[in-house]
Amino acid sequence: MPETTFLDSTELVLNMGPQHPSTHGVLRVILKLDGEKVMGTDCVIGYLHRGVEKIAEARTYTQFNPYVDRLDYVAAVSNGLGYCLAVEKLLNTEAPPRAQVVRVILTELNRIASHLLWLGTHALDIGAVTPVFYCFREREEILKIFEKYCGARLTTHAFRIGGLQYETYDGFEDEVKAFCDMFPPKVDEYEELLTQNRIWVKRLKDVGILNAEDCKRYGVTGPVLRAAGVDWDLRKAQPYSGYEKYDFLIPTRQNGDTYDRYMIRMEEMRQATRIIRQAVEGIPDGPIMAKVPKVIKPPVGEAYVSIEAPKGELGYYIVSDGSTQPYRVRVRPPSFVNLQALDRMVRGALIADVVAVIGTLDIVLGEVDR
Amino acid sequence: MADEKPAPPKPAPPKAAPPPKPPAVMAATPWEDNLTRELTDRFGDGACEFRTYLGQNFILVKPDMVVGLIEYLKMGAGFDYLVDITAVDWPERAERFDLVYILYSFSRNARVRIKTQIAEGQRAASVVPVHPTANWLEREVFDMFGIGFTGHPDLRRILMPDEWQGHPLRKDYSILGQDQRWVEENLGVESGQ
Repeated sequence: MPETTFLDSTELVLNMGPQHPSTHGVLRVILKLDGEKVMGTDCVIGYLHRGVEKIAEARTYTQFNPYVDRLDYVAAVSNGLGYCLAVEKLLNTEAPPRAQVVRVILTELNRIASHLLWLGTHALDIGAVTPVFYCFREREEILKIFEKYCGARLTTHAFRIGGLQYETYDGFEDEVKAFCDMFPPKVDEYEELLTQNRIWVKRLKDVGILNAEDCKRYGVTGPVLRAAGVDWDLRKAQPYSGYEKYDFLIPTRQNGDTYDRYMIRMEEMRQATRIIRQAVEGIPDGPIMAKVPKVIKPPVGEAYVSIEAPKGELGYYIVSDGSTQPYRVRVRPPSFVNLQALDRMVRGALIADVVAVIGTLDIVLGEVDR
Repeated sequence: MADEKPAPPKPAPPKAAPPPKPPAVMAATPWEDNLTRELTDRFGDGACEFRTYLGQNFILVKPDMVVGLIEYLKMGAGFDYLVDITAVDWPERAERFDLVYILYSFSRNARVRIKTQIAEGQRAASVVPVHPTANWLEREVFDMFGIGFTGHPDLRRILMPDEWQGHPLRKDYSILGQDQRWVEENLGVESGQ
């Protein structure tokens, strides 16, 4: 019997990453191919694992706060909000109204910044070079506001347990309002470049479909879930930080393909601008810190608190043993869980679609690997 | 050092002994509603303990009941979204690990946690057949805590390298701990610290 060699195999195994521009970091995907068709994938992750959950156990609650910014580093403000809310829950306290409104403004600005970075790089992956420059132009305005507010542009450490450390600077409201006036026409501008663009539509329509049923099976949340027609957003479902006071819509679409996810994120940027405008016009006066002790020592217990981060449900499960250091901090990262659906989305698709699907999942490897 | 020298051995304390420290336990209260009654009917009295803390409900069960309970909650009670699986290490306890499952129901807009205790070396049953999400989540628990899952389709390490020895999130794993051999062989340095 003749020996079987690799030439007899119809399957080709191709390694993609970890150094690959369209894997958005250090994701390695092992692709099994039949010609150009993807037969299966295996994600190799962990290249960016820094043991953040272990570090938490050796820091105090306050000391650990800046570490969470390094998880999803393009949406650091959201990470900080989730962590602060979780510790506040354990302490059974709440940030004062003024702090909550400023938190909402900064978090929504960060949502826009995160979506802009996604749009720019996603378009770049697909082959449209122009949008990234436009996106970074507007993102710069947001980062300038962050920088003026807290001195940092990316890893902002904007919030403290119990409220805010910094009062807003002079002219904060005017600058945020100016951004709200400037931004919506820019979203139209991006849409003009892409939405009807024939190449864009051909590359995205019916690519990487994930229906509502599968989203729930795989625990996928965020824009991916809403693109599949599920009207679910934690800001509406279980409001926190006063989101119930704002008038905004949760965009949904029906097909659950890459194009729909693009449309969802575009609309979310508009809705975020609406929230910011309402918030900035009604910033109440008052203190910015709740009365929390200098040394944070939550009673023995545990809590799970989650927020709607730009990528999906970001949760913190914190166990306190009554000491100054958390006994266990578990971060439930949306990117990690969403990435698991990649295999389901690209099976049977073409290899070029893998790039589009990784882009549309909007993963950040800092959060996947922690 | 301004600290005083330790007092000379004196049998009797100067004042009355300080009150004994209150036992450090979570001040959870019992939880009862339609769901808990339904589950008691289904699984029998005392099979599940229902608790609530800070408005968050959780159920304490025996390890062999977890899959059945999660399946029932998915099929019969609408808890169709498995949010997270994680573990907590309590090394001084006989059954050292808490295994925690967080579930959410879209129709009820409610969350519930399921907690069970697993001993060192004991394997939990995998919930992958019920919730495919559990695949990576259980792999992470296995990687970080060394808890095995029977019936898992692909139980490998996920964040740490495949050949790594040790489970970093165990309490007896030092924060500076590492797999010396792996680091030397693969990175060519003595320590990554």
